Amino acid sequence: MADNVIEARGLLKLYGSQRAVDAIDLDIHRGEIFGLLGPNGAGKTTTILMMLGLTEISGGTVEVLGFNPVREPLEVKRRVGYLPDSVGFYDHMTARENLLYTARLLAIPRSQAGRRIMEALESVKLADVADKRVATFSRGMRQRLGIAEIVMKQAEVAILDEPTSGLDPHATFELLEMIRGLKKAGVAVLLSSHLLDRVQSVCDRVALFNKGKIALMGSVVQLANQVLGAGHPFLVEAEGADVAAALRGVEGVQTVVPEGEGAWRVMADRDVRAAAAERIVSTGGSLTRLADLQPSLEEVYTRYFQEARHAA
Amino acid sequence: MPRSAARRAGSPFTGLGPVFMKELSDHLSSIRMLVLTLFVIVFGALPVGFALQDLRNVVVSDPYLFLRIFTVTPERVGLSFILALNFIIPLMAIGLGFDSVNSEFNRRTLSRVLSQPIYRDALLLGKFLGGLTTLAVALVALWLIVLGSGLLLLGLPPRGVEVARGVGFLIVAIAYGGVWLAVAMLFSVIFRSTATSALCALGLWLFFFILWPMIASAITIGFAPAQVTSIDQYVAIQELGLALQRLSPGTLFSEAVVGLLNPETRTLGFMLPQQMRGAIPEAPLPLDQSLILIWPQLTGLVAGMIVVFAVAYIVFQREEVRA
Ligand SMILES: Nc1ncnc2c1ncn2[C@@H]1O[C@H](COP(=O)(O)OP(=O)(O)OP(=O)(O)O)[C@@H](O)[C@H]1O
Ligand SMILES: [Mg+2]
Repeated sequence: MADNVIEARGLLKLYGSQRAVDAIDLDIHRGEIFGLLGPNGAGKTTTILMMLGLTEISGGTVEVLGFNPVREPLEVKRRVGYLPDSVGFYDHMTARENLLYTARLLAIPRSQAGRRIMEALESVKLADVADKRVATFSRGMRQRLGIAEIVMKQAEVAILDEPTSGLDPHATFELLEMIRGLKKAGVAVLLSSHLLDRVQSVCDRVALFNKGKIALMGSVVQLANQVLGAGHPFLVEAEGADVAAALRGVEGVQTVVPEGEGAWRVMADRDVRAAAAERIVSTGGSLTRLADLQPSLEEVYTRYFQEARHAA
Repeated sequence: MPRSAARRAGSPFTGLGPVFMKELSDHLSSIRMLVLTLFVIVFGALPVGFALQDLRNVVVSDPYLFLRIFTVTPERVGLSFILALNFIIPLMAIGLGFDSVNSEFNRRTLSRVLSQPIYRDALLLGKFLGGLTTLAVALVALWLIVLGSGLLLLGLPPRGVEVARGVGFLIVAIAYGGVWLAVAMLFSVIFRSTATSALCALGLWLFFFILWPMIASAITIGFAPAQVTSIDQYVAIQELGLALQRLSPGTLFSEAVVGLLNPETRTLGFMLPQQMRGAIPEAPLPLDQSLILIWPQLTGLVAGMIVVFAVAYIVFQREEVRA
């Protein structure tokens, strides 16, 4: 309990007869970055809105920092920062004025508000445009301003809905750095995203959503083992000799699948790269590449939903 | 949601102050406000200017000369100041309120604001009070301008009781504006498109101004028997007509204003000739009597404002925040 900032049990959301969120159990630990992943319409945004008390809960319970968002929404919202997907600001106001309005809503004393706002803007590298109207801001700048709002709020939990959607690779990289910064400051981060390979690099744990249910949950490596099978995949590129036969002879190798001209994808139950290299060389082949394949979330995701579709 | 509203913790007015202040400063600094003010000055100045010219030529001493600036219909424009206000005020209120909630949806600021420690109650109420205060500021300014120009052109100060009646008129005008502001905000909650909500509010306004009097009299005639056989029947028909008319806020406003600014007014309802016989014509009522006379109209306006606001509130509570 003490270690969980968010605890959902049997959390349910019905739109008519459609189960947008279907009785999910979810724990977010203090200080971790947790990724909510899933195809469009999987129920990620709905889950987030229920945690913030912004939409009615049809069943089950959720507690955020020990508060019930239905009965004590103000307590929850005082402590949780939220960056909605496609966040908006008041265009006719400057970045500083927008944050000042939020500071007033948060009842931050005037004497502190100015300093906290400037610090927050500096932390997202917007200090030099603090007095520009938000109408002139790019999408990336708006997202960063949203992060600044959370920093200024000194939130204990940050909930970011699709924070990187619509950003170019550089802006995405910068934003993910800021999210890491939040974690460093001790903030638990819950984010939803489609950019799997990017998310993979920041998330401690992820949950794969599908049709309102959590299909898989755990660290990226755990998920890879679960979906792609336990083992050590690696890629071999070699010339001459019968490489496939040589590889099959190595102890521990499970499968050898050709991947184009002179390349094979090998799955083994442990790290057998040294033995494999030795065997290829000793049978007269020349090894050009031997690469460990990191389990990629993208792969887990695609494979999982392919299988789910086949099963259906 | 209403179901859980009773059990939720924390004051529903948390954050009301900041929302109110923001709305007020947004309104007061907006171009739209400037346009509305110009509009009001043009429409208000015309009748007042001509009324003042007419009144300067009045020889008979009139104890309520100042109030006549508001009520007199100048010979040359055929529009009294209060009649002008009767349709300007709704227009201003609609102008201030038609996009108050849906623009937050469209700018995608709503979910961000509502994720701060604030209930929807405070957001809606803050917006309403901000709009109403803006309206009040504009009306007070207009009122002062009329008073000032009267002072200059008539060359005499208003008496205390005239000022008191004038203040009463201001309050009625603000309540009238509040009704239309609530209507405009209701549409801004119902429709995501600001154009649709403006169109609906203006449509309702036109309906009450142009169609409703006709519909009301058509209904009255429909209910009337072919042959009116007794006075009672006649009175009943007239009262039905009046009751229908009073469903329009404009009717309540003009009745209340006439009662306040024409101290001679003794009744706002329908009156038979024999009822009038006992009354001394032209003798002005004291202020407290006039206030009692218009009290139902004023409470009617305030009640209408509260009811419409409550409906907007209920609809807003059930709305999904996501854009
Ligand atoms: N107001 C609503 N009324 C009815 N159904 C809704 C409503 N809002 C969402 N839904 C449904 O709920 C389901 C979950 O939607 P949600 O927005 O939570 O998905 P998501 O995972 O955030 O998707 P995306 O990646 O597109 O943002 C969808 O099937 C959607 O059609
Ligand atoms: Mg979503």
